[in-house]
Amino acid sequence: MGNIRGKHTPIFFLFLLPSMFAFTIIIIIPLIMGVYYSFTDWNAVPGTPINWVGLDNYIAMFSDVTFLHSFIVTIVFSAISIVLINFLAFMFALLVTAKLKLANLYRAGFFLPNLIGGIVLGYIWFFIFNNAIPALGSAAGSDFFSQSFLGNRYTSLFAMIIVTTWQMAGYIMMIYVAAIQSVPVSLLEAAQIDGAKYYQRLKHILMPLIAPAFTITLFLTLVNTFRMFDVNFALTAGGPSGIFMGQALRTTELLALNIFNTAHTFNDQAQGQARAIIFFILLLIISLVQVYFNKRKEIEA
Amino acid sequence: MTRGKRRNMWLEILAIVLFLIFMLPFVIILMNAAKPTLLVISEPLAFPENPLQFFTNAWHIVNDATVRYIPSFISSVIITVGSVALIVLTTSMAAWVLVRTKTRASTAIFLMFVGAIIVPFQVVMFPLISWLASIERTLGIAGTSFRLLGNYPGIMLAYMGFGAPLSIFLYHGFIKGVPVELEEAATIDGCSRARTFFNIVFPILKPISMTVIILNGMWIWNDFLLPRMVLRGGRNDVQTLPIAVASFVGQYVRRWDLILTTTILAMIPIIIVFLFLQKHIIKGMVDGSIK
Repeated sequence: MGNIRGKHTPIFFLFLLPSMFAFTIIIIIPLIMGVYYSFTDWNAVPGTPINWVGLDNYIAMFSDVTFLHSFIVTIVFSAISIVLINFLAFMFALLVTAKLKLANLYRAGFFLPNLIGGIVLGYIWFFIFNNAIPALGSAAGSDFFSQSFLGNRYTSLFAMIIVTTWQMAGYIMMIYVAAIQSVPVSLLEAAQIDGAKYYQRLKHILMPLIAPAFTITLFLTLVNTFRMFDVNFALTAGGPSGIFMGQALRTTELLALNIFNTAHTFNDQAQGQARAIIFFILLLIISLVQVYFNKRKEIEA
Repeated sequence: MTRGKRRNMWLEILAIVLFLIFMLPFVIILMNAAKPTLLVISEPLAFPENPLQFFTNAWHIVNDATVRYIPSFISSVIITVGSVALIVLTTSMAAWVLVRTKTRASTAIFLMFVGAIIVPFQVVMFPLISWLASIERTLGIAGTSFRLLGNYPGIMLAYMGFGAPLSIFLYHGFIKGVPVELEEAATIDGCSRARTFFNIVFPILKPISMTVIILNGMWIWNDFLLPRMVLRGGRNDVQTLPIAVASFVGQYVRRWDLILTTTILAMIPIIIVFLFLQKHIIKGMVDGSIK
């Protein structure tokens, strides 16, 4: 076997071929086309000439209020979701590892929403926010809860945060559970015998020991909320409409939905493509920061 | 009662309360899927008068021309199983030769795959659709049963391409820890390189193959945007369950009894699978996220 090191045998090409073929057709070529199209007036209609327009699409994008608005809403949505998801997930993880009688049931229950796709969850919660909660609100005589959450720009953004938290908390919980279970029990018991209180053991022993898990969950929730599309599409569809900087727009339209709507609803493919490129660059920056953090952790360790 | 026991009782109560709150949406949906239309709107919180109404609603959905429940379910299964099988086979092969061949080209190809993990579908979707359509026109297969868009070959190829980066990364990490001596012994015994892989190496990869299967299977089963673009959603096009749900909602805006029934029918398969494979699914998803 040593003889194949440093040499490309026929098997090397043969085994690589299927993956490379699919990867080239599905990602590489469309990516190159996409970068090129973002500098043109491409409209996806076969046979029409494609003209080079330089930075026009990018200039139009950055002077467009809806894009700026989507960017801000996405950041607010991600930031609040990340905090809520991780807080709830960590609490769940402590609960299901606390030797409770029905721990396995709780664990499965908290994880259950994660099995179901965002589209289906979005429609389910549409009904809950639009019908179930207002019915409960009017029965209880509450003005706030008898209105649909989806009718107001702030509560409908919060509705999206609730659904996303409900969907992701169980998944993130499992990562914390795995981390907590890798901490030697003897360490926590020794601290308990020494008289350390529960929150002291949590703060000074458990949390520092599972610090790497926090890095993972933080970036996982960041990337997943930043890319959010399905729940946005099914639950609010970007609505309700409202005014931002003097322009009427969809108030809960996140970046991924904004890209989709720019190309489909407003039929501006080249503009949508340019926005997708910026979206990609933002995700690239997030993951480079993550790689940097992980590398630094490895050096410290 | 000792202090520890009392604390555990309070934790147990807290956990039950949180669990019930978490399950409440499912309960509300189940209740309302078993009602006639008007009652869903007027009394969404009441228990159904006749729980068997659910089966009437479900029968309506199964026979609905937009949902096409049975064909959509079968298509979802074909697309998920077919794509995952292709991903497992092709990416394990690719990762193996990338680990065992130590050249600059091999490292460069591996890094290219790793770098592509972060590529979002949005950045390639518009060019991808028009490029697949132009391939169809060039090959003269547009509108035939061999067409790429709205059909199985196109979407499976798309999942092979999009599944490759993460799966190759996972296999690559695992194969690095597999001792090469095993393969050398097989070669001495006269096994060809290809047979060495399929008979000796591939069975050893079982743990990581499970992770790859779970991660890709969950993603593909629930995916929406990619099938929405690649399958197009036309009358004669193949459709998956999430697409079926979305087009049903688009058509029956106020029929919440039927919409909720549709969401339940779309959820049932994955929940059944989860009941049987709970440990594997959780382990696969956690392992995949940590590596």
